[in-house]
Amino acid sequence: MAAVTTHEALVGGAVVHHPPGQAGFLDTVRSEFTKIRSVRSTYWTLLSLVVACVGIGALFSWGQTERVLRIRAQTGDFSGIKQSGVNQLIAQIHAQAASISLFGLLIGQLVIIVLGALTITSEYSTGMIRTSLASMPRRGTFFTAKAVVFGAVALVTGLVISFAAFFAGQAILSSQHVSTTLGHPGVLRTVIGGGLFLAVCGLLSFGIGAMLRHTAGAIASGIGLMFVVWILGQFLPAPPSGWFGQADIDKWIPFNAGSAIWENQANGLHPFSPWIGFAVFCSYAAVAIIGGLIVFLRRDA
Amino acid sequence: MIEARGLTKRFGDTVAVDNLSFDVEPGRITGFLGPNGAGKTTTMRLILGLDHPSGGSVTVNGKKLSQLAWPMRQVGALLDAKAVHGGRSAYNHLLCLAQTNDLPRHRVDEVLELVGLRDVARKRARGFSLGMGQRLGIAAALLGDPSILMFDEPVNGLDPEGILWIRNLMKALAAEGRTVFVSSHLMSEMENTADHLIVIGRGRLISDCTTEEFIAANSQQSVRVRTPQRAQLAALAQAFGATVRDGDGQALVVLGMTPAQVGDLAFENGIRVHELAHEQASLEEAFMELTASAVEFRAGVPLGAEPAPVGAGEVA
Repeated sequence: MAAVTTHEALVGGAVVHHPPGQAGFLDTVRSEFTKIRSVRSTYWTLLSLVVACVGIGALFSWGQTERVLRIRAQTGDFSGIKQSGVNQLIAQIHAQAASISLFGLLIGQLVIIVLGALTITSEYSTGMIRTSLASMPRRGTFFTAKAVVFGAVALVTGLVISFAAFFAGQAILSSQHVSTTLGHPGVLRTVIGGGLFLAVCGLLSFGIGAMLRHTAGAIASGIGLMFVVWILGQFLPAPPSGWFGQADIDKWIPFNAGSAIWENQANGLHPFSPWIGFAVFCSYAAVAIIGGLIVFLRRDA
Repeated sequence: MIEARGLTKRFGDTVAVDNLSFDVEPGRITGFLGPNGAGKTTTMRLILGLDHPSGGSVTVNGKKLSQLAWPMRQVGALLDAKAVHGGRSAYNHLLCLAQTNDLPRHRVDEVLELVGLRDVARKRARGFSLGMGQRLGIAAALLGDPSILMFDEPVNGLDPEGILWIRNLMKALAAEGRTVFVSSHLMSEMENTADHLIVIGRGRLISDCTTEEFIAANSQQSVRVRTPQRAQLAALAQAFGATVRDGDGQALVVLGMTPAQVGDLAFENGIRVHELAHEQASLEEAFMELTASAVEFRAGVPLGAEPAPVGAGEVA
């Protein structure tokens, strides 16, 4: 154990040079990046994100090739479906090749929700927030730096995963010649959109986490909002005719709006166009983030 | 220099800090004393800007903490040893703090060396003992080489060696001209450490003076004398103007006379003295009496045994 015997052992005052200017945004960004890369939970969550997105995407793609195989085998002796109908079914799968390979995002969003919430709620559950704010008491700067670092990490990994899932899926779909390439219209946007979707999903959860300050509550709310609302939307009865169509409600559901950009096939009959849907989804996330910031600025830490 | 002016913090109906005004001066150790629940931690949180005051203000070096250019380079604080992400290594914990104030990496190694955690720097903080956690918290406080240091109950859970280490550390920091503000609920700890005492109870200021003044004002001097001629000596002492109480056994406790005066009185009257001792009520007792009326959580006292109330705020 250190036995402090002389003042010289303590001083350091002569060593530490205090620069002009002030502790600012970039310093906090550097600090937040150190935080996110120095805990194991980050790597575990990102690994499960890869498994969920790429793995489930590959499984789903494989399922579709099996389906194509079955349809082709049934050609001729399947009553009721003409050859033109069969071709149409296969063409449909072919046209959806990009979003089929991204199917795993449906589960991947749950993982990024966990990471987004943990990024902020772990500060509270561990008590680290007190140490953090004592070293960087400008709360707006702290909050923004944290959101930016998490958003950047989520976006980069989201894009890498989206592209990985795409290539893995296409490799499988190509066995039945129903794969696509990045050169086809809308495909590049779909794959980049997958990464954008994951990042904004995470930021939405980050905002909820900042409002609730509680890990379990934030994760439950995030999953409820993204997943449960979407599932309920599949089962709720249509509103009485003469009102508005069900599609008018369906497309506003966070998952449906957000997944329009990667043309998820399960997001309703009349979805928003890709970028409009994404803009709607971003505005949901913005509401959560702004709400989180207001709580963060006002409440005692 | 820490300056509190009319500092108040309410949580709902509870007033945790009630109109506190005090200065914490550089170059000495200022003890912040009060029973549990007196509002010491809340006051420190207000200084650090973790809580927003309901009224009044508190500044460090003339500014709110959030207005300081380099907060860590001016104020270092140990609030509690558990304010750490357990999954992060000691080194990375300190590194992410250092980066917020653009402190060099070698400074992290320096403070780890200083607090004796160099060998476990790469270990995750979750596995640290309470004492190691305290040392890590102190390392974080020292990181920015600040002129103001705050320690909330730093000796909690430490072994005697650790207590001595912290005491010497605080003394050395104050000797370097820094402001050292340390809270405790133990008078005995402060008695040996602090140069100045700020005492609070139920969020209110009870006393703000040097430790010597506090001792002089609060410790009762008494003389314990054992004699076979108790009644005789008691009458003489009372005639002298002293107060006399029964001690245990054959002893008398004389208040208001020095041992020399009691000895002389006995000698002049031919009274045999078997024991003559100067007694000083411990500061712990003085502190407990002083804050008795201001203790928020007090163990129940059996009916009829209620101690006489002691007026608070009598000390200059």
